[in-house]
Amino acid sequence: MENKATYSHTDPMLKKRDEFEDMLEERRNSSDFRYALKCYTPVVYKNLTPCDANSLKSMVLQSDQLHYVISQVSKETGRTREDLQEEASGIIEEMAHRLQLSTVRFFAFALCKVFKTLFKSICVNEDGIQRLQQAIHEHPVVLLPSHRSYMDFLLMSYILYTYDIALPVIAAGMDFMGMKVVGEMLRMSGAFFIRRSFGGDKLYWAVFSEYVKTILKNGLAPVEFFLEGTRSRTSKSLTPKLGLLNIAIDPFLKGEVFDISLVPVSISYERILEESLYAREMLGVPKPKESTSGLFKARKVLSEDYGSIHVYFGQPVSVRQLAEGRVNRCQFSLTPRYIPMRPNEDVQTFVNDTAYRLVRAQEENMVLKPWVLLATILLQAEDLERGIPLEELTEQALWLRDLCRQYGGFLHWPDHMTPSEVISSSLSLHHGLVRLSEGNVYLALSGEAQSGPVSPEEQVLSRAVPVLSCVSYRNQALHVFVRPALLATAVHTSASNNKQDIFNTFSFLRNMFCNEFILCPNATVQDFEEACFLLVKTGVLQVSQQEMVVTPRGHRTMSFLSRLLLPFVQGYQVVCAFLCEKASDTLTEKEFVQAIRKFVIKQLLSGTLRYPEVLSSDLQKNAFAALLRLGAVHKVKSVDQTGLKINKVTVNSLEDTLGGKLPTPKASVARL
Amino acid sequence: MAANSSSDRQRAAQQRLQIIAGHLQRPTNYQPDITAAECKAQEGNPNVSNEERTVPRRRQDIMKWNGWGYSDSRFLFNKKGQAEFTGKRYRLSGMIIPGLKDWMEGTFGASLQHKAPATPILNSTAVQPATINEAFVEEVKATTIPFSVEAEDRVFRAHGHCLHEIFALREGKIGRVPDMVVWPSCHSDVVKIVELASKHNVCLIPYGGGTSVSSALECPPEETRSIVSLDTSQMNRILWIDEKNLTAHVEAGIVGQDLERLLNESGYCTGHEPDSMEFSSLGGWVATRASGMKKNIYGNIEDLVVHVKMVTPRGVIEKSCQGPRMSTGPDVHHFIMGSEGTLGVVTEVTLKIRPMPEYQKYGSVVFPNFEQGVACLREVAKQRCAPASIRLMDNEQFKFGHALKPQVSSIFTSFLDGLKKFYITKFKGFDPNRLCVATLLFEGDHEKVLQHEKQVYDIAAKFGGLAAGEDNGQRGYMLTFVIAYLRDLGMEYYVIGESFETSVPWDRVLDICRNVKARIIRECKDKGVQFPPLSTCRVTQTYDAGACVYFYFAFNYRGLSDPIHVSEQVEHAAREEILANGGSLSHHHGVGKLRKEWMRETVSDVGLGMLKSVKDYVDPNNIFGNRNLL
Repeated sequence: MENKATYSHTDPMLKKRDEFEDMLEERRNSSDFRYALKCYTPVVYKNLTPCDANSLKSMVLQSDQLHYVISQVSKETGRTREDLQEEASGIIEEMAHRLQLSTVRFFAFALCKVFKTLFKSICVNEDGIQRLQQAIHEHPVVLLPSHRSYMDFLLMSYILYTYDIALPVIAAGMDFMGMKVVGEMLRMSGAFFIRRSFGGDKLYWAVFSEYVKTILKNGLAPVEFFLEGTRSRTSKSLTPKLGLLNIAIDPFLKGEVFDISLVPVSISYERILEESLYAREMLGVPKPKESTSGLFKARKVLSEDYGSIHVYFGQPVSVRQLAEGRVNRCQFSLTPRYIPMRPNEDVQTFVNDTAYRLVRAQEENMVLKPWVLLATILLQAEDLERGIPLEELTEQALWLRDLCRQYGGFLHWPDHMTPSEVISSSLSLHHGLVRLSEGNVYLALSGEAQSGPVSPEEQVLSRAVPVLSCVSYRNQALHVFVRPALLATAVHTSASNNKQDIFNTFSFLRNMFCNEFILCPNATVQDFEEACFLLVKTGVLQVSQQEMVVTPRGHRTMSFLSRLLLPFVQGYQVVCAFLCEKASDTLTEKEFVQAIRKFVIKQLLSGTLRYPEVLSSDLQKNAFAALLRLGAVHKVKSVDQTGLKINKVTVNSLEDTLGGKLPTPKASVARL
Repeated sequence: MAANSSSDRQRAAQQRLQIIAGHLQRPTNYQPDITAAECKAQEGNPNVSNEERTVPRRRQDIMKWNGWGYSDSRFLFNKKGQAEFTGKRYRLSGMIIPGLKDWMEGTFGASLQHKAPATPILNSTAVQPATINEAFVEEVKATTIPFSVEAEDRVFRAHGHCLHEIFALREGKIGRVPDMVVWPSCHSDVVKIVELASKHNVCLIPYGGGTSVSSALECPPEETRSIVSLDTSQMNRILWIDEKNLTAHVEAGIVGQDLERLLNESGYCTGHEPDSMEFSSLGGWVATRASGMKKNIYGNIEDLVVHVKMVTPRGVIEKSCQGPRMSTGPDVHHFIMGSEGTLGVVTEVTLKIRPMPEYQKYGSVVFPNFEQGVACLREVAKQRCAPASIRLMDNEQFKFGHALKPQVSSIFTSFLDGLKKFYITKFKGFDPNRLCVATLLFEGDHEKVLQHEKQVYDIAAKFGGLAAGEDNGQRGYMLTFVIAYLRDLGMEYYVIGESFETSVPWDRVLDICRNVKARIIRECKDKGVQFPPLSTCRVTQTYDAGACVYFYFAFNYRGLSDPIHVSEQVEHAAREEILANGGSLSHHHGVGKLRKEWMRETVSDVGLGMLKSVKDYVDPNNIFGNRNLL
């Protein structure tokens, strides 16, 4: 296996990406009104038989699948078919979109105004738009944008309307529907609403999946949904949810369409509207319920400058091509296709791999702004309060800029400006998070003055808000560095320079963190090779048959990379420590979040823990999920709550292995 | 489990050893389980006329050696650049087809300027010298059964009508061919030949009409023994007709047109009319599980066969009586039907016959689109009122059929045609690029046909179908007889094409048609075909639970270095697509060598094992060594 580690990777630096055009520029120079009333004649699917919203509903209600499920449910529950049919039409009324061009035009007009005040520019890769148009003509299309903000789907529709592309039908969470007028308006601009959870409800599932499939099969409109399922509050991509993707791929697997194009879309915000909202949410202040009045209160955000947005429409991915040689479609020919069936293992793996692949495609085309690098550097400062001298920041930023480019990051560093101009404009855009005084740049930890006496615990929490905001910017770049960073950490923690040892540690870390970062399942060896390739290419590591050695000039990169991962390593250790030391036998899942927060605050106050970002409930939940996955913790379900059973020995050894105190166990799955 | 299966294997191996040993012993204490009886031909039969048959021993005297059908019948572009069909044999013969040139140019981007002519005559030096098994030949001579080792005779029997086979012949490329051809004239001749072949370890390949499209007649290149083509064409008599039970006992070498003509003389028919019936033989139908156009009335071959006699290296297999149905374990006829010449030679068959129908009527229906057409066929099948034949052509094939309209004789007809077209496209609003046509054939007594016709047209009307006249219907059926001649014309102008079929459940018909056609187009594009291919299909048979779908694809191969390879890749991909969409490996063409890679997944491991064990028992020395199917 040794010689398998040939570095056949294509150099990420050579990745070809399209140019951007600013679509707001034209809006600033011509009438918004005329724009909203422009002639809109998008290219549609070549085999389209036009169909209005009502006939779509009746197609769904009269579908074989729904009839089948209704008779099944009727047998199981004893309810009459009429009753269930009634319920089904109720569900579809609640769910269905009612796309109206007039509403879209209204939104286009209003959004135009809003966007022009909020953003400097909205940059779109027009080649991607061209490809999308072609794809829509050829096959049913699924649009898969990244999800970082409420803005995302309005923005998508706005862009598609502007470029005369067929408007998508968008899967939206039911919570939007709560916003009375707005909910209905969203519906009329193409949103359809699904309940957040409908676990065992077969009828609901049948109506919902048939609704999506009917739209896709007939190519009525592109279907848009968020693979990540929800907005990422941390700017890291979330582990993809498979439900909707399963539904969307099904018509291809069952031969009902020739192919389906999946189009990943990466939306990157220079400054996220919900920046501090997210940070607070991570720290335990619950998110406000979506309501129309809440939206108006959010008006004050309108007075701020949010920089630019980059929207990159990725290469359409053909499901047919992905499935070639992976899924045997014959398996669907022995049962009627309208009988819902649990997908086979090969199909499940296929859908899962596809989902990861698409999320990675989203990540790859996320535009990184210089601020992302600055945030990364600032968070690595020896002392967060003191910060870093400006010159040093500039020097490090330039260094990191080059590294980022070498690793294939999609960095938008304005080359026509001097480095100090770039940095000062970044700093001024994010003036809420960062301060510059006496030549030092530091995070605005005491930014928001609080009235009245404040307990040390509260102080810790409030100081963590800007840190977490900053973390969310740093996180944007994580996908560029995560594989080399895992390797760097593995090299540091491994007992020897032995390649197999390092691989074992790498594999352990990767396994530990795969709830945290997008790491495709079963790709350990590939990831290892990719990391090796990057570190060797940049002269950081020397790899021989048996050994991996850090070169003298490689130490800077190595220490940068391992410090990048350090908050996560320590965070996970803290979670382990908490479970070993503090958790009582009666701890429930619900109490976990509160209890661990208290524990972390204590650790921060005592100075044993350096990183306030460990307070992030996201990190804690991911660590917890990892421990569950690794069998260190078990859920014990009782009537009213879910208790936790902790295997302290396992948790303890995981903690020690993370800290490098214990040698890593042999990688069980793959060996080099 | 493992121990179990290995002991199974041991047992199987022992059994095999016994069989082989038994066979080796045979020459010493030989039991004549193959009994050579006198030729029945000498007996004669007062019932049945014995006049000339279509197929002579020297097929090349009347048929093309490197194309389809009769030498005198072919399409060509005359000096005016108009297409015409030569000869006198067909309705289309001697007619001008004005639309064909434009259609060919428009569909394929072909041009009359660019010709790819075929090698005109067979160059015998290109044919490998025959590997003669002297001892076998000596003994055959002694039996007085005619045989030949001439290159022309051998080459003629080395191929069916797959594109690659004909293309190679046109280029003058000749691969492994049989070393010898024998023409038995009755069952006992065959018994003698099989006996001698077993004795001298000669490979036998049965040859009937030579219309195979599954590479079934190709000689396995790895075969080192002498290969003898057993041409059944001279076993072509109707031995008796039983008017009490409505059966006829026929020698298996008879070709479809002779069988039908001779039965017609006595007032009967079998009603079995595969598209290849001019040339394909009764034995070939049995060996490939053939299907006829009019199966809705008469049934497919498995429904027609009452009794079969097959000569195998183990002996003759036949049932002891002619009971119309039996419960005697698995039907041994089903080992014979579809055996594709791997087990033996079918020599005589008792078939059901019917009195000739009183009345025949063609018909056609235009549908606004293919979806509606399929829905209509499905409904017809559901009500079990399908006419003798009902076929639905897609839009591309409709246009193709249209291009084959012969020049009309009077202004009046052309005026009527124009009027019809106006009515359908303008008045009824059918999109000429979406509409499709179903062709119909009704048979029976006059009154019932009219009744039946009304029933079918009423159903069609529910799906937006408009009756479009007898003429269109009849032309649709003519198309199937001349399509193979057309392929030869295409090849003259850099256009190659192939057809293949499948059967599929009703609910997947539309999906399979769409996906396979799209796959063909995509594969052609990926493989560098310059001009979009013709990719078309029709639904040719209806059943209670599904339908038979027939695909054609053809493309202009200018600019391709290895067009046949491309075409094979496209067909392969299309077959994968068919299987992925729940279609079968074949409805009636058979497996041959072309499709045998998919047999295992088609019939499962155990199924394949069953078939293999039958082969091992019946023909342990692989005398019938065409290597089809398994």
